Amino acid sequence: MSTFRINRRKFLTVAGAAASTIPLSGCDAFDGFLTSQSPVRDVLASANSLTYRVQRMLIDADALAPEFSASEVRQGQRPNGSTDPTDADYLALKEKQFADYRLTVGGLVEKPLSFSLDELRNMPARMQITRHDCVEGWSCIAKWTGVPLARILDEARVKPEARFVVFHCYDSMDLGLSGAVRYYESIDLIDARHPQTILAYGCNDEALRVANGAPLRVRIERQLGYKMAKYIKGIELASTLAPYGSGKGGFWEDLGYEWYAGI
Amino acid sequence: MTIIDDIESRLTHHGGKGKVIYRHRIATRVTHWTWAVALFFLLLSGLQIFNAHPELYIGKQSGFEFDNSVLSMRAMQTADGKVDGYTTIFGQSYKTTGVFGMSGPADNPSYRGFPAWATLPSYQDLSTGRVIHFFFAWFFAAAFLIWFVASLISGHLRRDILPSRADIRGLPKSLSDHLRFRFHHDGRYNVLQKLAYAGVLLVIFPLIILTGITMSPGMNAAWPWLLDVFGGRQTARTIHFVCMALLVAFFLIHIFMVVAAGPLNEMRSIITGWYRADPEKEEEHTA
Repeated sequence: MSTFRINRRKFLTVAGAAASTIPLSGCDAFDGFLTSQSPVRDVLASANSLTYRVQRMLIDADALAPEFSASEVRQGQRPNGSTDPTDADYLALKEKQFADYRLTVGGLVEKPLSFSLDELRNMPARMQITRHDCVEGWSCIAKWTGVPLARILDEARVKPEARFVVFHCYDSMDLGLSGAVRYYESIDLIDARHPQTILAYGCNDEALRVANGAPLRVRIERQLGYKMAKYIKGIELASTLAPYGSGKGGFWEDLGYEWYAGI
Repeated sequence: MTIIDDIESRLTHHGGKGKVIYRHRIATRVTHWTWAVALFFLLLSGLQIFNAHPELYIGKQSGFEFDNSVLSMRAMQTADGKVDGYTTIFGQSYKTTGVFGMSGPADNPSYRGFPAWATLPSYQDLSTGRVIHFFFAWFFAAAFLIWFVASLISGHLRRDILPSRADIRGLPKSLSDHLRFRFHHDGRYNVLQKLAYAGVLLVIFPLIILTGITMSPGMNAAWPWLLDVFGGRQTARTIHFVCMALLVAFFLIHIFMVVAAGPLNEMRSIITGWYRADPEKEEEHTA
């Protein structure tokens, strides 16, 4: 019979040769191509617009994110990012339990508006138990209460040239040498008008806590956590994202994260 | 050609030379190399992504106030103030300083799941890890779709990948031959090869693609049934990780077998398609 036998010496040679492929690893050989200014990184990042287009094609505009039963709220909502803003204007509001808070709605709208927290609480509310997915990889299920953003947009009457909703926030994020910048985020009008997109003032049957974005944060249930701006100061309708921050549409986007975070 | 022939005749320990056969079609070869490149980058960027939260869970969410963790890689401080890297699997902790949980130079260690040499970029950069991962994921999935359709049409799947009844009957013998490092080279896949390739191509590849999709909050709205199939987003993430580990194990055995079976002949066949079979075995088949 034709067989191919390996003796011990040959086995060790082969094993050694095979083992030599193991260090074929990341190391830092590729690091130079992967910095934020690298054209290679830009080419790789272009796959994100394909992902965005394919997901928009596969996901119905009104398809709902999964909702869960009350028994699946098993822990407090995990806070992340800013958890205790120290900006002076925010501290002044917090001191008075946000009694002086007003949400402003402006930009490309027919009728710029502003709402107090009580006015928002008195509007028809939506309650949803959903899963919060952080870009880091973890998930946390919580119950959210708030006003559908679509209703606010309808009251302000969005101009036809508007394409994005920009959220301006009270919290500053430290950028090291370049100082601190205020958090901001943006979404397209499909997600803005989605039935589960709410401006939440309640979490797990109590008033939204400071760590989770008090007095008001947005829930965008079909995207990752960093899209869901906390400590919202105002909403602006815009036709382009260029004027804000570094023009990528959000605090984390300016640092290299993808604008569409449905993946 | 003559050099290859010469080395080969020595490698295979046969006086006579076997027939050169066309073993791998173009679809197999192109998808093979697409996967090879894509999986390399997917692995290293995937470990980068894992490092952003180096813990795995079973269920719909991550337990911060309850325990559903199955694996974690963390740096922890002991009572005497010494910091070490620990890997915890099903509640059992092992000290893994230098590799998992804590690695890098002793005077300036990094507290991270997988070490710098195993991630892309080498330093902590989740956003770039994601950019790399989602770029190559498209190529990986596209190659899988092309391979699957082409193999279904050409009969490659039925003929070469799925084990026949006779193959299954020969399983014990094939197993004992392999354990004694006796390998047959007749150009066809033996039952263990078929099972390995079927396992990777028809089980692990679809599983790793689908669990990847299950982690997308956008796709959860479009295909919520995926969450039910895999038992929740965090379980899907864990399955995705286990598939990765199985693919790494497959890769190591794959490379070992290629080297053992004659790397030049094997490389020629996966690049050009042409493979030199063992002479005697060939006769058996033509007889």
